Parts: sequence; structure tokens; C-alpha cells
Amino acid sequence: MSGHGEQPSRPRAGGVASGRLPSRPANALLSRNEPMVWLTGGGLVVGLLMVAALVSFVFWQGFVTFWPGPVLTLTTHDGRVAMGEVTRTERYLPDPTAVAALGPEATAAAVAEMASDDGRVRRRLVRTGNFELSGEHFRWVEDFQLAKGGEIREPWAFVFERMSWGRFYGVPEACVLGDSAVATGPEAVSALLRDRSSADAEAVIRVRTGDGALADLPLATIVRAYPANHLGVGGRLGVYVSRWHEFLTAEPREANSEGGVFPAIFGTVVMTLGMTLLVVPFGVMAALYLREYATQGWLTSIVRISINNLAGVPSIVFGVFGLGFFSYMVGGSIDAVFFADKLPNPTYGTGGIMWASLTLALLTLPVVIVATEEALAAVPTSMREGSFACGATQWQTIRRVVLPRALPGVMTGAILAMARGAGEVAPLMLVGAVKLAPELPVDLHFPFVHPERSFMHLGFHIYDLGFQSQNSEAAKPMVFTTTMLLMAIVLLLNAAAIWFRSRLGRGGSGSKF
Amino acid sequence: MGVATMTRPAEDQRPDRLTAIAAGEIVPAVVHPEVAGESPVLEIDAFNLWYGPKRVLFDVGLAVPKGKVTALIGPSGCGKSTLLRGVNRMNDLIDGVKTTGDMRLAGDSIYGRNVDVIELRRRMGMVFQKSNPFPMSIRDNVTYALQINGERNRSVLDSVCRRALEGSALWDEVSDRLGDSALGLSGGQQQRLCIARAIAAEPEVLLMDEPCSALDPLATSRVEELILALRGEYTVLIVTHNMQQASRVSDYTAFMYLGQVVEYGPTAKLFTNPRLRETEDYITGRFG
Ligand SMILES: Nc1ncnc2c1ncn2[C@@H]1O[C@H](COP(=O)(O)OP(=O)(O)OP(=O)(O)O)[C@@H](O)[C@H]1O
Ligand SMILES: [Mg+2]
Repeated sequence: MSGHGEQPSRPRAGGVASGRLPSRPANALLSRNEPMVWLTGGGLVVGLLMVAALVSFVFWQGFVTFWPGPVLTLTTHDGRVAMGEVTRTERYLPDPTAVAALGPEATAAAVAEMASDDGRVRRRLVRTGNFELSGEHFRWVEDFQLAKGGEIREPWAFVFERMSWGRFYGVPEACVLGDSAVATGPEAVSALLRDRSSADAEAVIRVRTGDGALADLPLATIVRAYPANHLGVGGRLGVYVSRWHEFLTAEPREANSEGGVFPAIFGTVVMTLGMTLLVVPFGVMAALYLREYATQGWLTSIVRISINNLAGVPSIVFGVFGLGFFSYMVGGSIDAVFFADKLPNPTYGTGGIMWASLTLALLTLPVVIVATEEALAAVPTSMREGSFACGATQWQTIRRVVLPRALPGVMTGAILAMARGAGEVAPLMLVGAVKLAPELPVDLHFPFVHPERSFMHLGFHIYDLGFQSQNSEAAKPMVFTTTMLLMAIVLLLNAAAIWFRSRLGRGGSGSKF
Repeated sequence: MGVATMTRPAEDQRPDRLTAIAAGEIVPAVVHPEVAGESPVLEIDAFNLWYGPKRVLFDVGLAVPKGKVTALIGPSGCGKSTLLRGVNRMNDLIDGVKTTGDMRLAGDSIYGRNVDVIELRRRMGMVFQKSNPFPMSIRDNVTYALQINGERNRSVLDSVCRRALEGSALWDEVSDRLGDSALGLSGGQQQRLCIARAIAAEPEVLLMDEPCSALDPLATSRVEELILALRGEYTVLIVTHNMQQASRVSDYTAFMYLGQVVEYGPTAKLFTNPRLRETEDYITGRFG
């Protein structure tokens, strides 16, 4: 008698896994009514895969952006030199006349390459920098255009990141102070650049570019300089870390496409926290009234349906409302009463972090109300009855029994609202998010909190980098690092809220993620 | 049995009593004379109750003796829980409930015009069929009624907590974890916790709706012992489906049928020598 005979009704999954049972026919899954398991599991897998793809794409792009690559010096047939970092590689269909115009040998090589890939050839986008000399930041270089031996890595090619004008590529020749050279030769200059403290701020670095021109870069304008082809892994890591550090802690420069995003991080966190502090009390109160006090009937149903539909209103409409109602009406009135001396310059009568928080609080209100209502509905009636039977009033019952029990659900609503609010951009463009805010909304100057100030926001920053930047090719990688940062901040805020929830809800129980 | 039938007075021998009740006729209850000898703490007078259009209680009259255990028995759906919930006005929480008639707790009207329902409920304790501990610590659960009444004194609360838990035979099991969440207790422990909560405020009447229906035999017997121990000090009104339980723990028993009290008297008499054949049939399991 085998195990099969003894255990005819063995539960499904476990039986298959333990090899003691005789193997079942291939259609066993179907015969045991499990297609739904595969269907539902498949749905989950598809969803997860798409999310994983998005997240890993963002993270990959975000992480590699700051890694310093080598500096290539590419010389083409027409004698032009492109010195810089390769940012993108693609295969494209070249202009046939351009190919034919090459020398016979090069044409043959190009034709051979084209034959192997549907007539496509490779080209690379090189970040050449040196904008003040060349008038361009980037240049495409086709492989077939390269002269013989035209691709080299100049050992002492330097990348200079500057306060303005973008990056500069070249080989430093000397460090000049006034008329005398402080250091000559790339090695000496490199040592000097590594230890900036010994150098005079007035000094300039004389750099020879790829095409032989000489340029003087004032030392004071150089943010970071490194010999890209000379760095080992440790050196590259140093540059990488230093770039991240700058990104997280410094102010932006070069129209936001370089430098840090600290003001945007700060603005995002302050705005999101402000929004949460505003939306949770109101949402919870509204849900409490709807669920605990109001007599259920057609009126509450209508209110409920309306709240749910509020979630379908495009967020930009909330922005328009926020601008019209909060900024112009409420803010305008505040200005007229309290800041009349500053008019016509608005103080509160324009976009500001308080109005942005309020607008987003309005936007996320349905999330909180719906989640709270669900949590309240999940509190068993028997608990309420038990409390009433002890002689508790309705408020005592809510305060001591219903709310503690519903708290995890309420916090879940707050977390959802937070995540939704932190990623919102459209309404913020109308009510206070700006490309560049001169001051933080919270600082060390009295009265420390400045709710009327406009602010920077990571979501808006992403939009600005991706679509409003003049040097969009250079800003593009920053889109991903900034997105990654925004995701990390949302994750962090959520983790904090979940931690908070677990601390609060220790006496009770209920739904958990 | 034949002898018992012979001893029944003629007016109790109405052959169609249950049929008449089923037809909606209001048939006066048969009340044993012993009831009149007790001093009632809870008096129910011609109490009627409707769930919307549906009438569930018909002219119910019951005098619950002070310091005694009174059991409500009857087939499922006959309105025992409804009557019990009527006593502390829990039915107020349900939309569409209408009542007429009145009840009196120690002489104070329960359904009168200006009754403070909160105050009233504080004078009673209730144990539900399904245990319903609150999402808080064991200590806070037990002292809940006192806390909402404004009692802050820690030593008072602690001593009440201990006394109530000892009363419900739970102290030994939880004395070392009073601060833990009550939701971590077993089902039987939770039910005894709910009993402790109900007796903590020393109610004038303890209402129990099938308190043992979710308990194992051991826990059931502990709760029964507890009820027996409460007798004298507390007045208990208990709903039960378990005839043995009713006979074990109660002093008086009321048999209900379709919203009416059919027979009401001392448990010993009702179980051994009921005046009505219908009661006997129900108790012996011949119908219901
Ligand atoms: N909330 C309610 N709304 C409408 N009808 C109700 C409600 N609660 C109870 N009823 C009805 O009232 C009648 C009496 O119910 P009740 O719960 O009092 O019976 P019971 O005697 O306690 O029964 P059981 O022994 O099964 O607990 C039943 O017919 C029931 O269907
Ligand atoms: Mg019942």
C-alpha cells in the first residue's frame, strides 16, 4: 500500500511537493480546480514584473548617472576632434552620400558594417562640453567618419565641472597666477587640483582642448576636476560619492541641470508633511461623522459617491482651485488686511507652500476618508455594543474602542495619501512650486516657518529637467537620479509612518500591509 | 408525567395555547405564585418591540427577583436576546426599533421620557454571546466601565481589576500579563474577561446572552460556577439554550415562545413539575 492509498484526500500543494507520492498526470492541476490559482497568480506576476521593470530602469539609470566614464578623443576624417564622454550609442541609417564621400578604404569598411546590420552603422553622442568655444555641448560622431587611429584615450584628459557654462574637457598645461606659472605639466596641476587649499583662489588653469585651443579656467569657478582616464576604481568611486554628496546637499546650478537638489528635497518633505498634517485630521473627522454619527441613508450614499468621484477630478483642476481660492481669494484677503504696506507685491496672495499643502490635502482627502471609513466599518459592531453596554457615550466609544481598533487602517490611508501627494506635480505648478526658490520655507530666521514662500519640489524638478531645460541632453540623466530620490523619499516617509503605526497600534490589532 | 398532567389546574389546560400564540393572539403568561414572594429589582411591564414593521415582543411581563439568577429559555428566534437587549436599551442602536410599555430598574423607569440611557447602562453589565474584548490591555478592558466614568485612581482601578478577574476565575491565568493586549487571550479567556468587565462596576443587574455558547465544557463549567458564586450578590438574567445549564445555575426560569412569555416560575418546579404541557415538551426536547 503506497502513500497514495493511505492519504487519498491529502491537501493539494503539500502533496505534490513531497516526493513520496506517485507522480500525478500532467493535467492534475486542472483536475484539482487550480486554473484560478494560475490565473490570479499570473495577474500578480504581470503586475509585479511591470513595476519591477519600471523601478529597476529608474534605479539603473539613476545609479549610473554619476559614475565617471573615460574621456575619449575622437578625430574624424575632416580633421575635427571631439574630446569628451560618450553618453549614448545607437545604430542609425547613414546618409549614403556621406559614406560614399569617404576614402575608398573607409567606404569599404563602412559598407561592410552596413551590410551586417540592415544598412545601419554605429554612432556615439559625445559630450564635448567647452560650450564657450564650440557653441555646443554634445556632438554625434559616426564610427565610419573616424580617421585611422582616431580614437584614443588621452592619459591626462581632465573633466572640469564648473559653476557655469557646463563641463570643460581638456589637458591642463599649467596653473597661472598673474603672469607666473605656479605649476606646469598635467601632473603638477593634477596634484594642485586635488589639494585645492594650497592654491590661490585667483589662479587660473590653462587647459589645452582636444582641438589644440588654449583656454583659461579660473580656479574659483571649478567645482570638481579629475583626470578621467587616470583614475582607478577607487578614484572613480571618490568622484561618484562626491557627486552624490553634492546632489543631495547642495543647491542647483546651471539652470538645475547640475549641482544638487537639496532645496527640492526639503521642499518636498515639508510640503508632504504639511499636507499629511492637514489632511489626516480632516479626513478622519469626516469619515467619523459619516460612519459613526450620520444616519445611513440616501444622503450619506450621495456624499460617499461624491467623495469617491472627487478622486477622478484631474489634479490640475485642484491646482486651479487652489490658485483661485487659496492664493487669490484667501491669500489676497490676508494681504489686504495684514500686508497692505507691501502691496501690490503679494505676500500670501500668490503661490506658497501653505497653499500647496492645502491644495494637495484637498486632493488626497478622498483617499483618507475612504480608507478611514473602511477601517471604521471593519470594527465589529460587537465591540461598539460592548462599550455602550458599559455605559460609554458615543464619543468615548469612538475614542477608546473604535479609533484604536481602526488606527492601522487610518494610518494606511495617511500613507496612501502621502505617497499620492508626494508624487503630484501638476497642481503644484500653479500654487507655489518654482524652478528655483531663493529661500527655504523653513529656516533659522524669525519666524522660522514661512508658509507664504514658494518652494522647490522634486516632482516639479523632474518636469523642469526633462522638458524645460535648455541643455536637455545634459539634464536627462538627472531626471532619473531625481526620480530615484523622490521614490526613496516617499519610501522613507512611508516607512516612518508604518513604524509610527506599529508603535501606536500595539494595544490593538487589525489590518496590516 | 401522567400524574403531573392530572395536577394541572383547569385554566392551564388550554389545548391550543401555542397555536394561538402563533396566530398572533396574546395569551397571558402562567406565572407561579413563588415569583410574587420575591422582591423584584427589574420589572418588565407589557413590553412590546417592533423591528420596523415586524413585531417581535408581545406584552412581555417579567419580574426579575433581586439577587437571584433568572434564565430565559425558548426556541431560537423567540425574542430572548431582543428582550435582554431591551433591558439596557441596546436596541436603541438599531435603526427602526419601536417599543411600547416600560421596564423599571429598582423602581426607575427605563423607557421613560427623560431617562439618561448612559447612566442607566452603567447600572447594568452585559455579557454577549460572542466575546468582544476591546483593543486595549487586559487591565484597561476590565476597568473600562470605571475609566469612562472618570475613575483615575490607579490603586482603585488595580484593586477593582483584581477583584473582577478573581470573580471571573481568570486572575490566576493573567495576573502576570495585565498590561498585554486582551486580543492575545484564548476564546474562553476572552469570554471570562468580558464577564470580569461586566461585573467590575458592580452592576445591579447582569445580563448574559448565551455566555457559554462558544466555550468548551471546562470553561463552561467555570463560568457556571462563577454565575453560582455571583448569586446573592448580583442579579443575573441569563439566556441559554442549554436546559441542563438553566437547571444548574438558575433560580427562576421563564419559557418564551414567539415573543411571549409562556410560563415563568422557580426553575426546580418548571423542570420537574411545570404547569403547562408545552413547557414540559420544550424542556424534554419534544419540540423547539
Ligand atoms: N436587527 C434586527 N432586525 C430585524 N429583525 C431582527 C433583528 N434582530 C432580531 N430580529 C428578529 O427578531 C426575532 C427575535 O430575535 P432574537 O435574536 O431576539 O431571538 P433569540 O430568541 O435570541 O434567538 P436565538 O436563540 O437564536 O438567539 C427573530 O425573528 C429575528 O429574526
Ligand atoms: Mg439570541
